[in-house]
Amino acid sequence: MSNEAVLHGSHVDTSHHADAHHGDHHDHHHHQSFISKYVFSQDHKMIAKQFLITGMVWAVVGGLMSVIFRIQLGYPEASYHWLTDILGDINKNWVTKEGRITADAYYAMVTTHGTVLVFFVLTAGLSGTFANFLIPLQIGARDMASPFMNMLSYWFFFAASVVMMSSIFVESGPFSGGWTAYPPLSALGDASPGSKTGMDMWLIAMALFVVSSLLGGLNYIATVLNMRTKGMSMTRLPLTIWALFFTAVLGVLSFPVLFSGFILLIFDRNFGTSFYLSDIFLSSTNTALPNEGGSAILYQHLFWFLGHPEVYIILLPAMGMVSEILSTNARKPIFGYMAMIGSLFAIVILAFLVWAHHMFVTGLNPFLGSIFVLLTLLIAVPSAIKVFNWLTTLWRGNIRFTPAMLFAIGFVSLFISGGLTGIWLGNSALDIHLHDTYFVIAHFHIVMGVASMFGMFAGIYHWYPKMYGRYLNNTLSYIHFWLTMIGAYLIFWPMHYEGLAGMPRRYYDYSIWESFKQFAELNRFISTVAMIVFAVQILFLINFFYSIWKGRKVTSQNPWGSTTLEWTTPINPGHGNWPGEIPEVYRWAYDYGKDGHEFIPQTQPVGENESHH
Amino acid sequence: MYMSSSVTSPERKKIHPHKFTLWVAMGSIVMMFAGLTSAYVVKKSQSNWLEFPLPKVFWYSTAAILVSSLTIHLALKAFKARQMGRYKNLLTVTVVLGLLFSVLQWMGFGHLQQSGVQLFGVGSNPAASFLGIITGLHVLHVLGGVIALLVIFFRAFSSSRKTYSPVSIEIVSTYWHFVDILWIYLFIFLSVV
Repeated sequence: MSNEAVLHGSHVDTSHHADAHHGDHHDHHHHQSFISKYVFSQDHKMIAKQFLITGMVWAVVGGLMSVIFRIQLGYPEASYHWLTDILGDINKNWVTKEGRITADAYYAMVTTHGTVLVFFVLTAGLSGTFANFLIPLQIGARDMASPFMNMLSYWFFFAASVVMMSSIFVESGPFSGGWTAYPPLSALGDASPGSKTGMDMWLIAMALFVVSSLLGGLNYIATVLNMRTKGMSMTRLPLTIWALFFTAVLGVLSFPVLFSGFILLIFDRNFGTSFYLSDIFLSSTNTALPNEGGSAILYQHLFWFLGHPEVYIILLPAMGMVSEILSTNARKPIFGYMAMIGSLFAIVILAFLVWAHHMFVTGLNPFLGSIFVLLTLLIAVPSAIKVFNWLTTLWRGNIRFTPAMLFAIGFVSLFISGGLTGIWLGNSALDIHLHDTYFVIAHFHIVMGVASMFGMFAGIYHWYPKMYGRYLNNTLSYIHFWLTMIGAYLIFWPMHYEGLAGMPRRYYDYSIWESFKQFAELNRFISTVAMIVFAVQILFLINFFYSIWKGRKVTSQNPWGSTTLEWTTPINPGHGNWPGEIPEVYRWAYDYGKDGHEFIPQTQPVGENESHH
Repeated sequence: MYMSSSVTSPERKKIHPHKFTLWVAMGSIVMMFAGLTSAYVVKKSQSNWLEFPLPKVFWYSTAAILVSSLTIHLALKAFKARQMGRYKNLLTVTVVLGLLFSVLQWMGFGHLQQSGVQLFGVGSNPAASFLGIITGLHVLHVLGGVIALLVIFFRAFSSSRKTYSPVSIEIVSTYWHFVDILWIYLFIFLSVV
């Protein structure tokens, strides 16, 4: 029923409270129990927090794994019993008597790190959090189009998390064939220990995750298109909403294709079909497979048809939030609002047309490859438009270097650095040398991984006062930013050199290779920085959780002097967001420094003598 | 959006958000089948592809689902005209036809097995496995529609709540037409490609 309540304004019952409880103290859900408020909540703001905190748990797990495999890469000959004693308790096959991690453990952690960071942190944790939190608040809606589906979306994600987390603890270990789960490694239980139970659980977790993303995405699209407040035309929407909307479109169109690929994989694994498997000879069982005529490349097509849009599913929310935060804190309108929307749209279209650039060396027809090169390099155009607009927004702004602003500027820096190497990798000829090297790792970590993490941090720092009614500690925030920023470059920049020298990714130990011995010290350096950067993230977590209860209280409704609707709600908004009527919107979201006003909220009617933008 | 005033002014021009959500969801389902059918095309162009005729019973199932589209359309009209008896009867017929479709598809699988075309398991050919998965997933979507039909069916019989809003019935009927058209597409695809 609450679905209909949201749609048909049962919240009118809140309006008569409005006079009694002014602003801050309005609290109209008197009868809510702990379970319905904090656990099975249908309030989009609570669901956003659930996504965020679950995402943070996964970020710690995934990050910790990267630290452990970086220890192996940086110190392949050292023994570290303190660590292997702990890991040995999780899985006895993960550690050697000499106090080092085994290759099985290394691959398990590399795979889990990739899967978890891409899907659970940067998809669910990023767009799950901010789409839920910002869409109703910024478009002026009481809640999502279907709060119930929204709640289901989180709980499917939670179930996916439980299954994925459990897979780490099964006896044969979690899946260890890489986050892309290419067959035959993923299709054959006998291929590696991780391909047994671990892979079954991986597939179940990912199927649940796809359902979660689809339920969420459907809701975000329906909400943005149907639930906007009076006066909020599409071209008055903040860019965050545009970005989150396009993200949802990408997800809704590409996740089902991944799901098709997974279904075929499940049948190959469990029901003896031959979509991906052919008569491979397996040394572990000393027999040839009974399968005939399957094509492992087919999986790659289906996987990357999602896989490439997935990159933008991760990146677009960060782009949207960065646009909003840059404009607010430069006290200037965003430069090229329509161009920003147009370039987002162009990226969405191109995202579906470039998947084969992940497959240049799979024996792809070179002519076909050249078309994919062209389409891939075309992405540079909308990307460059966006970068240009961010820089021109900053140009001559009255910049306030809040922690959110620093992370937003850091995002632009990383997006440029990582984007440029994308132009290298988009060339099928160069890719013959660079594919599967550390150059690729450096590229996608900077442009997608770290950049989106920066977008996420920017979002958290900017909207934390709205989420919890308190501020984060500024000193800790600045330490967090600078060490993360410097650390990110120190970790990933040197990997470009390793990659250009041909150092392949996914190897367990480079010290036995004559060609790559020269990088031993560089690897040690990278690993050391990785540990420091991870420690700094713990500092952020302390800041985050400490401030929820003990942070400085927010005293004004609009602490950043922002124009958008979420800052017209009470400091601690209840379910329904606005105690009275939903405000009406009269202007776009970027009237900063107009006609001598520092900022003009969207809710202020256009004055008679006001100039038009 | 006129959320807070929508109680007093129900004449909203915009599409109902739940209906809109359904349209997006149908787009999503289309993408899943587009993924599978394009995989089918890619795989067919490679070696080791088994050619076999589709089971005859698929024609009967096609007829069943086509008729069911008609009955749900009439059911919706009956509901709007408040002819509740007729509405319930037509809904029942639609449910039966939906189940009949599923059973006929299942029989089709059986006929294929009998004629030596193995769908799954050791020795199966991807051509047959694709047919099994594509039509199998479609049947699951039809059964999802049957469950949705049953929900509104029992809602119609419960006397405690009288519903006048056709929204949920319209949503189910749109979905039902969608799985019908989807099957027509898949049937043509599997026969021609």
